[in-house]
Amino acid sequence: MNFDWMAWTAPTAAFFLIIFCLLVTLTVWEIRNPGGSPRLGILRFETTRGDRLFVSLLGAAFIHIIWLALFGDALSLWWAFAIACVYAVGVFRWV
Amino acid sequence: MRLKNFIPVLYIVFLLLPIYWLVNMSFKTNDEILSVFTLWPQNLTLHNYRVIFTDASWYSGYINSMIYVSINVVISVTFALPAAYAFSRYSFVGDKHLFFWLLTNRMAPPAVFALPFFQLYSSIGLFDTHIAVAVAHCLFNLPLAVWILEGFMSGIPKEIDETAFVDGYSWPRFFVKIFIPNIASGIGVTAFFCFMFSWVELLLARTLTAVNAKPISAIMTRTVSASGLDWGVLAAAGVLTILPGALVIWFVRNHIAKGFALGRV
Amino acid sequence: MIVKQTNQKAWFMVLPVFLVVAFSAVIPLMTVVNYSVQDTFGNNVFFWVGMDWFKELIHSDRFHAAFLRQLLFSGIILAIEVPLGIVIALAMPRKGWGVPVCLISMALPLLIPWNVVGTIWQIFGRVDIGLLGHSLASLGIDYNYTQDPIAAWLTVIVMDVWHWTSLVVLLCYAGLCSIPDAYYQAAKIDGASRWSVFRYIQLPKMQRVLLIAILLRFMDSFMIYTEPFVITGGGPGNSTTFMSIDLVKMAVGQFDLGPAAAMSLVYFLVILLLSWVFYTVMSNIGENSSNGGGR
Repeated sequence: MNFDWMAWTAPTAAFFLIIFCLLVTLTVWEIRNPGGSPRLGILRFETTRGDRLFVSLLGAAFIHIIWLALFGDALSLWWAFAIACVYAVGVFRWV
Repeated sequence: MRLKNFIPVLYIVFLLLPIYWLVNMSFKTNDEILSVFTLWPQNLTLHNYRVIFTDASWYSGYINSMIYVSINVVISVTFALPAAYAFSRYSFVGDKHLFFWLLTNRMAPPAVFALPFFQLYSSIGLFDTHIAVAVAHCLFNLPLAVWILEGFMSGIPKEIDETAFVDGYSWPRFFVKIFIPNIASGIGVTAFFCFMFSWVELLLARTLTAVNAKPISAIMTRTVSASGLDWGVLAAAGVLTILPGALVIWFVRNHIAKGFALGRV
Repeated sequence: MIVKQTNQKAWFMVLPVFLVVAFSAVIPLMTVVNYSVQDTFGNNVFFWVGMDWFKELIHSDRFHAAFLRQLLFSGIILAIEVPLGIVIALAMPRKGWGVPVCLISMALPLLIPWNVVGTIWQIFGRVDIGLLGHSLASLGIDYNYTQDPIAAWLTVIVMDVWHWTSLVVLLCYAGLCSIPDAYYQAAKIDGASRWSVFRYIQLPKMQRVLLIAILLRFMDSFMIYTEPFVITGGGPGNSTTFMSIDLVKMAVGQFDLGPAAAMSLVYFLVILLLSWVFYTVMSNIGENSSNGGGR
């Protein structure tokens, strides 16, 4: 079996490793403190920690794409990353 | 009141007309199809069907489709049964998110996976085999099977499980002897939908096969793109792919509306 | 609602499903992410290009056109199939021999292999040998779906209406059947008009199934591939090249791994967002359905 065709690179490997670590963290957190602290956020439906992580990640992906579309050539993508981090904190705080 | 009955009748005519046309063409000779325009076959012929049943490049397509669809249904139902039981009876870490993740695979466009699938299955030496298509179709059929079965299992009262355990049944024995007979109709509906979605899928089946496991649907599209079409044979091949579906509808006719109403298709 | 007992061993029951689906879903997804940031000339030699494919994709007219076409198609499909489905479901008989006849003949198109649906309509619409094309031609209407983009669109839309309206009908019918007769009798005594019966009795009861129908139809039409591929192959020109068709053309036809991977990811993210909305809405309705919403 040969997995050269998967064409791994360091940045993408790091990307998946971070997501994997986030999932492990959530799992450990859930085992330590079960229930996922559900609450009714500003979107008017109940969310748990896992939902909030998902909303953060999905939103972050769209923030990056929109950033590329608007300022892709002029400004660094790290700005989008910063916005995404602020957004994620917001999601964990209020949603 | 008359108008009210008129609407479903009109709609059914609209539904059946194209199917009638296909059946009609399958009994005509190519000369008749191309030269004169007739609403029913003037010279009824079974020639087109004979071509399909005697030409290996045609009927092997049906055999290939049948093989991978059967493998897929068996894998989907056997793997999904315990998983659906777990989802309907227990809560565990990450259960809701796992369920959602499974569903996203049912909803993801197969086109997204077509490209890496070719490489993945080539690299493990499964390209152009029935098992490759069967496993690839599990991507959307397994979540579907879990989803439908979970719906049926949640309708079975939990007291049944508890009584059986009190009576000294082990879990595997309880599951096979008591639980499975209770959800037999659910398993039937699940197998039906797995069969159907594997049977109708073209994109992945076409990407993962070349010669040995080529499904009937891919053989049909090849004929369409070739010049000098044999319309009669194409129509006959189409009619033969509709038959299994029509046959299965007859068996599940009492459950269809309910199955769709669960919103889980 | 069953009160679920917490049991982490349940993971072992889910494990086989998890492994099979992960094999087919996670490895390809990782590969697509890897491809989307690299360029290749074959032989597994790759070059890092960063976000270039995404930039190119987002600014490319081809992608915009396919995306808009897709949205337009899904919009038209919903605008036709949902009202039509409601009307037919309302007119369907509730009892007697008509019920199984309706159910079986309406379910038939749903269970025909998708490429055969394409073939049926390809034949049906042809001017030389098809009933529809021939009839239109003899009425003097200029109709040729292989040449004329508008005719191609009409064919694909009518085909989709033919193929999938039954799903909406069956869902609405199941919703209507759950309304007790007493409701209608009460409305009759009050002298309610046909419209108010629909607006205040039938529509609220159909709300849940209707939502399912709308979301399912939207998502399935959003990834339509086989039927238009068989009928028009995305043509004439690019006029019926929807997202999936464009993606497969790029990935399998031209073997442009990088751009195809970038497009796959953007497409996947859109679908992921839709599925999440679908799942959230569904599970919230499920919780509220105990006070009256029927299955």
